[in-house]
Amino acid sequence: MSTQPIGAARLAARFAGRKAQNQAAFIAYIMGGDPDVKTAQKLLDGLPAAGADVIELGLPFTDPMADGPAIQAAALRALKAGVRTKAVLAMAAKFRKKDVTTPLIVMGYYNPIHHMGCGAFTDACVEAGVDGAIIVDLPPEEDAALRAAFDEAGLALIRLATPTTDDQRLPTVVAGTSGFVYYVSVAGITGALVPEADPVARAVARIRTASGLPVAVGFGVRTPEKAAQIARVADGVVVGSAIVDAMAQKGVEEALALTQCLSGAVHNARSESTS
Amino acid sequence: MSTQTQVDIWPDARGRFGEFGGRFVAETLMPLILELESAWDEARNDPDFTAQMDAYMRDYVGRPSALYHAERLSEEFGGAKIWLKRDELNHTGSHKINNCLGQVLLAKRMGKTRIIAETGAGQHGVATATLAARFGLPCVVFMGATDIERQQPNVFRMKLLGAEVVPVTSGTGTLKDAMNEALRDWVTHVEDTFYVIGTVAGPHPYPHMVRTFQSVIGREARAQILEREGRLPDACVACIGGGSNAMGLFHAFVPDKNVRLIGVEAAGKGIETGQHAASLKGGAPGVLHGNRTYLLQDDDGQIIDAHSISAGLDYPGIGPEHAYLHDSGRAEYVSATDKEALEMFQLCTKLEGIIPALEPAHALARVADLARELGPKGLIIMNMCGRGDKDVFAVAGHLGVKI
Ligand SMILES: Cc1ncc(COP(=O)(O)O)c(C=O)c1O
Repeated sequence: MSTQPIGAARLAARFAGRKAQNQAAFIAYIMGGDPDVKTAQKLLDGLPAAGADVIELGLPFTDPMADGPAIQAAALRALKAGVRTKAVLAMAAKFRKKDVTTPLIVMGYYNPIHHMGCGAFTDACVEAGVDGAIIVDLPPEEDAALRAAFDEAGLALIRLATPTTDDQRLPTVVAGTSGFVYYVSVAGITGALVPEADPVARAVARIRTASGLPVAVGFGVRTPEKAAQIARVADGVVVGSAIVDAMAQKGVEEALALTQCLSGAVHNARSESTS
Repeated sequence: MSTQTQVDIWPDARGRFGEFGGRFVAETLMPLILELESAWDEARNDPDFTAQMDAYMRDYVGRPSALYHAERLSEEFGGAKIWLKRDELNHTGSHKINNCLGQVLLAKRMGKTRIIAETGAGQHGVATATLAARFGLPCVVFMGATDIERQQPNVFRMKLLGAEVVPVTSGTGTLKDAMNEALRDWVTHVEDTFYVIGTVAGPHPYPHMVRTFQSVIGREARAQILEREGRLPDACVACIGGGSNAMGLFHAFVPDKNVRLIGVEAAGKGIETGQHAASLKGGAPGVLHGNRTYLLQDDDGQIIDAHSISAGLDYPGIGPEHAYLHDSGRAEYVSATDKEALEMFQLCTKLEGIIPALEPAHALARVADLARELGPKGLIIMNMCGRGDKDVFAVAGHLGVKI
């Protein structure tokens, strides 16, 4: 038995650790099973050494309505290789056998979870060592069943706040959330537009106050320069499409090299800006 | 009277029809959906909005549409008397314009300056582009690449009307992929854009809004049949893609417990082949495009591509209210194959001089059985929801004729 915290607590420990060093956390997104389970496992297992503080593992879905071309294509590659939700959870379980400190969350769409049942999905996550989930098309108004199951298991159901989340709506979004809040930095799909640091800084401050949780920023961050800018104002920086693209075009080694470069930029951002 | 209230309480405040419906959208869209809901609530309670709708319905769309006794089809099928609700005579050739008129007027009222839509057969795209032209709004229509191929006349029509037609190649390039792309566009243009959804699906308030705009079909038909026959029909029959023309016809009849409501899904090459679009008969409850409803899906909840000869029925889901009417037993759902639709397309054209769209040709196949079942004393209303001009090239292809 490990004495490591799990679930929402594992996420909290990781964010607190970075905060103690005045650093933002670097969060890497990859698509589970893209282009096949074996290759994706190699990438997943290599992410902590490349500086990923938290890992988001995508659950492939046929109709990824909130995703841009890079992640759509990744999901379709995985599905074409026969990868389904259970195979991605099995990847997580394999990862967890070797790494008990890096928080791992899954990110996907609701229908496969609805199909499995919220209770069964929660049990499968616990068993696989998954710490939380982001379900893109499950707003607070509809997530009661999954939230109840996650709360009971100590897993984090991470909510999204966006540029359209005004002051009136923000309390609804942060109520009952745990782990961290994911700020979608642009109104749009993944990988399309590039966020500006100033409005992001204002939004992060507002969400941090309302939620009392760390705020990670994603959607549209592709370069080390942009990642460093965001790292100066947010508690975490998420990069997805750029890593997924690197993986698709150049393979595991290049994707890990990019991750290394991005995580370095994030971890050093504040010391550079103050020196 | 209590049944009347029962009908009008759905959807509830959460946009639910029993266990179906809801608002399953990305957070970016939530505030927009809530804004739309309150604008819709205001508009539908505003007599000025209703008066404006009524005037355009009469002078621009051409309502009321006729209820026509199809004598030769009735004779051919050898049973009940068949009445066709002639929504194919509407401006732009289908029922779709009833809904587009309402949504575009609402968009204007909300101060939106850009219109987007998804389309399958192109009828909803054409109707949306038509109203966007009439009200001077730029319009972008997302259409699957496969559908662009089989509905060429409508693609050209939309372009003539000034719309930009964006081909969608993801998935199978049909209606569901077009809807994904429209949703992606909407999250990217949250300030100025109004998304005109073409059927009784999507997140609340769309299923309610579209049903309300389409329910003029059933209100007219109910009054017309009472005037002509002095009684209500035994059955109302309509084809189902997402289910808007069917809800439009059914809604006024839901409290009339003796009137059977029959929806006809597309069985494609046969439900047993797996190549069909019959979400109720061949699917299971799930969540897609903002609502919980019956969907074609595999054992991991991945969406299975639909198949139908008719682009307008080629969708792996169905509006949530139909899911509710199905489970509660108030409506019956059956299906018709590609082959049957092609036969009925030709039969109706030859006997009645009415070229039906391939979509209502599906409904006609089950009307034939039902007419025999009910016998000569029976009365059936079928929604002739679209004309077949858009389909003549595709049908020629299927019949091996070069034109
Ligand atoms: C003539 C016609 N009928 C039916 C449909 C299917 O839609 P619904 O089921 O919403 O009426 C379409 C869709 O394009 C259509 O063009």
